[in-house]
Amino acid sequence: MKTIQKVRGGKLAVEVHSFGNSGEPLLYLHGAGGLLGVDPFLDELGKDFRVIAPHLPGFGESTGGELIDDVVDAALFYHELMDELGIASAHIVGHSMGGMLAAEVAALDVSRAKKLVLVGAAGFWLDENPIPDFFALDLSELGSYLFADPKSPLAQMFLAIPEDMNQLADMYVERVKRLSMASKFLWPIPDRGLKKRAYRIAAPTLVLWGASDRLIPPVYAGEFTRHIKHARAQMIEGAGHMLPYEQHDAFCTAVRTFLKS
Amino acid sequence: MKFTWFHLMPYRYLPDDFKDKYRSVWVDIPRDLYDPKVGHRLYNDYLDQLEFADQMGFDGLGVNEHHQNAYGLMPSPNIMGAAMARRTRNANLVILGNSIALYNPPVRVAEEFAMLDVLSGGRLVAGFPVGTSMDTNFCYGEIPATLREKYSEAHDLIIKAWTEPDVFAFNGKYTKLRYVNLWPKPIQQPHPPIWIPGGGSVETWDFCADHAYQYSFLSYFGYIAGKKVADGYWNVMAKKGKELNPYSLGFAQVVAVANTDEEAERLYAPHMDYFYNRCLHVYNGFADAPGYRTVSTIRAGVLAQVGKEAALRREGMTWKDFVDQGYVIAGSPKTVRERLTHAMKSLNCGHLMILQQIGSMPPELVRLNTELFAREVMPHMRGLWTGFEDKWSPKPLPEPERAMPAPLNFRRTEANGKTVTTAAAPAHESRSAK
Repeated sequence: MKTIQKVRGGKLAVEVHSFGNSGEPLLYLHGAGGLLGVDPFLDELGKDFRVIAPHLPGFGESTGGELIDDVVDAALFYHELMDELGIASAHIVGHSMGGMLAAEVAALDVSRAKKLVLVGAAGFWLDENPIPDFFALDLSELGSYLFADPKSPLAQMFLAIPEDMNQLADMYVERVKRLSMASKFLWPIPDRGLKKRAYRIAAPTLVLWGASDRLIPPVYAGEFTRHIKHARAQMIEGAGHMLPYEQHDAFCTAVRTFLKS
Repeated sequence: MKFTWFHLMPYRYLPDDFKDKYRSVWVDIPRDLYDPKVGHRLYNDYLDQLEFADQMGFDGLGVNEHHQNAYGLMPSPNIMGAAMARRTRNANLVILGNSIALYNPPVRVAEEFAMLDVLSGGRLVAGFPVGTSMDTNFCYGEIPATLREKYSEAHDLIIKAWTEPDVFAFNGKYTKLRYVNLWPKPIQQPHPPIWIPGGGSVETWDFCADHAYQYSFLSYFGYIAGKKVADGYWNVMAKKGKELNPYSLGFAQVVAVANTDEEAERLYAPHMDYFYNRCLHVYNGFADAPGYRTVSTIRAGVLAQVGKEAALRREGMTWKDFVDQGYVIAGSPKTVRERLTHAMKSLNCGHLMILQQIGSMPPELVRLNTELFAREVMPHMRGLWTGFEDKWSPKPLPEPERAMPAPLNFRRTEANGKTVTTAAAPAHESRSAK
């Protein structure tokens, strides 16, 4: 179900997708590609949790992106959104850029996350394992960084380019809107000081990674377990950076098992 | 009509297989392709060429800023401005310009431009480009989404630093300063003329119109493709009720003059090829960082200057195509006179940024091109815009008030088989500094 949630007296309007209406609240923070509209793992998790998946301002129909300049602004925005939704604390699951922001949400106010799941998360930088320049990648190259199998039907669907010129222009504009917002957290290097704040995270944390992630290599899972007190890492085979889409069942099982334990 | 002789300062020796072997002339071009000994020769050749243009009576000498780039060897055009200030007399120093969002604090630009204005006796044109995406986002790490806001704040700070008589505090979002106090201040008061080089962002038109700055469209595609952008600018000016004064528009154009049209092709075609196929070979992923161009610019359908789209438009183009499509205005003096006059009229342009060294062009050819243009073309176009006042050119000190560099007088002596060069007389003896 899609709703528009006003935040800060309407200065920001947030497109929120909800899945399921029973169980504990689960806040899902999407990556730099946004919600795709077809996100089957959210339907699946909705069977056990009350899943709330907002579009960050600048993504989808959400507005107010100009009020968010950095990760602190973004984390405070999510705190405000939780207040508006009447959720004092929730399980927070974040993918890629969303993982970075989820960690910030949990570090800046330790009462917000009951449990935290970080999936192929951004937020750290290792000189010896540099993350490829995602912003400079051509669409033709992107697949091999995002997917374990870039030739899979899923990857092909993901990377399809519309033939209609107007659709193509719209797609291009949407991409620019999303990535220019993402650039506030990720450009030119996706390190905004999480290493200074991650020690504050109190929630039990599961660090999930696609074993074949070529965008943010699995070695980065170690940075999260090193900096976060109650964290453990789990690798999932047959998945790259787009783990929740590529290994839907294994992903949902891992999340469900961790959150229910 | 005013003429600024513009130099990009390209590296002239990229290998023949450059386009096939490397992905980009900009940002991540391998460092081992640059030989500093060759660079030494090039910088000095290029300064010679700019100085020659001064002697030939051009109104301005133009330089610009690029980073990590083999076709633009000037990370700091101000250094070239300083070199030119000493060895040129008449021409204005058109620094187009400093990408002001890149300097911390931006007061640095106000200071260096003031230095150049004082050093040159008030001959400076201050250019404030946003800078290309390659330069600002990829080379200098600026966040695309906030670049323009940072640019705008830097602009306000620089103007205030030039115009505010007293020390002031500046509490910006990107720059915070307790004491802004510009020493030295520029000769031209309240400040040097400001030209805004642009690549076609629609916001820049509004910015120029609102501040009465000159808009310089630095295109590499010539006047036919450039007309769309010029028209966009003039529409904005007309809508805002501004005077449609040709001197408020600058336009960059490659010009190649020879004795005949056939000779022009023979002499210049290989260098055009070098420029378009090596110098502008930019990896598509660097062409346009997401958020660098605003959504309104993208929607306006202004095409990017480099990257895949631009390369496709050039694919397989011959000399004839480059000439026919206006990328280059080339030929005999008569041909160039006619074509260029038509071009300037169609753009309503009063400030030509003329590119006469292009790509791999060697010094003797640059000299021929420049001299033919200055003697056979320029005088015929001078009167094109009589009736309009050029409010965008510098107002230097009157000649009697200008300091002259002391004459050089070196003595070379042989000592133990070595050549030793010493100054024959202390500099102050021939100087009239007070």
